[in-house]
Amino acid sequence: MRWGVIVFPGSCDDQDVFNCLKREMGQKVKRLWHKDELAGQFDCLVLPGGFSYGDYLRCGAMARFSPIMRGVVKFARSGGLVLGICNGFQILCETGLLPGALVRNVGLQFICQQVSLRVEETDTAFTRGIGKGQLLRLPIKHGEGCYYADPLTLERLRKNRQILLRYVDAKGKPSPSANPNGSLDNIAGVCNEARNVFGLMPHPEDACSKLLGSEDGLRIFSSIAAHHGAGEKRHA
Amino acid sequence: MRTKIFISLKNGVLDPQGKAIERSLHTLGYTEVQEVRMGKYLELDIEAPSRAAAEHRIREMCDKLLANPVIEDYRFEIESDALSAIGHQPEAKERD
Repeated sequence: MRWGVIVFPGSCDDQDVFNCLKREMGQKVKRLWHKDELAGQFDCLVLPGGFSYGDYLRCGAMARFSPIMRGVVKFARSGGLVLGICNGFQILCETGLLPGALVRNVGLQFICQQVSLRVEETDTAFTRGIGKGQLLRLPIKHGEGCYYADPLTLERLRKNRQILLRYVDAKGKPSPSANPNGSLDNIAGVCNEARNVFGLMPHPEDACSKLLGSEDGLRIFSSIAAHHGAGEKRHA
Repeated sequence: MRTKIFISLKNGVLDPQGKAIERSLHTLGYTEVQEVRMGKYLELDIEAPSRAAAEHRIREMCDKLLANPVIEDYRFEIESDALSAIGHQPEAKERD
């Protein structure tokens, strides 16, 4: 499977995603500079975390207009898998590939901690390898991760089952105390209606080995790889 | 044409910064203050053949980049030299 990791000025988790995919999973990965046009064949594009363009104006607002994003939008519209992590999630929302927006954490502080997440839907490439209702331990590290959508959009997200991850407590309940940043409905990750674009605030690439305290992040990447493998078999 | 652009959070969008500022004001004794909302303010010069043309371009910039319609509203004021002079006079008077 061919992965592309897009590097914006100010991205800082691109190397972590690269290492996770290449070193831990033995995948084919290419880093792609934001100023280039999207060229080559890819099965999944990852927009990594960081502070693209210094988070000036709004997080992700300027990265959206990087030359490579034209190709990313085209790729996504034609059904290609796109994964946005943290700043990548913010960029996908700004681009309009995902609904809603990410605003300042309710407590105003930058949060860096391990959180519990519940997998809400499994009929997507990103979560199909994980059981519904299963809990993941992944780290978050962000100042602007409070998910917001207007009431109509939120209703649509629920109806179409686009909420893929929620912040939960130790018992697996999306309680207010388990919500680290004030996100609506404890939302930690959503997909688009076509279910091929997924954005999440937690960092699966930073939970890819025992040494890092959790291997749960691998379950998301493995899920994508398994989905791709199944597709290849179907076409063969 | 000198233009002032005001970007504010939509109703219903949490504004923890506004809340923190409000608490600070209350601590300082300004207890009469309620509903503080923080926004962004931009100034820019724009060249355009007419005021209408400038308005059109600025609206486009706001929709595309300067504001995010999911969470923000915006409004703007284009000042001609004469208008800005009038605009500033009453304020100066109040100060006297």
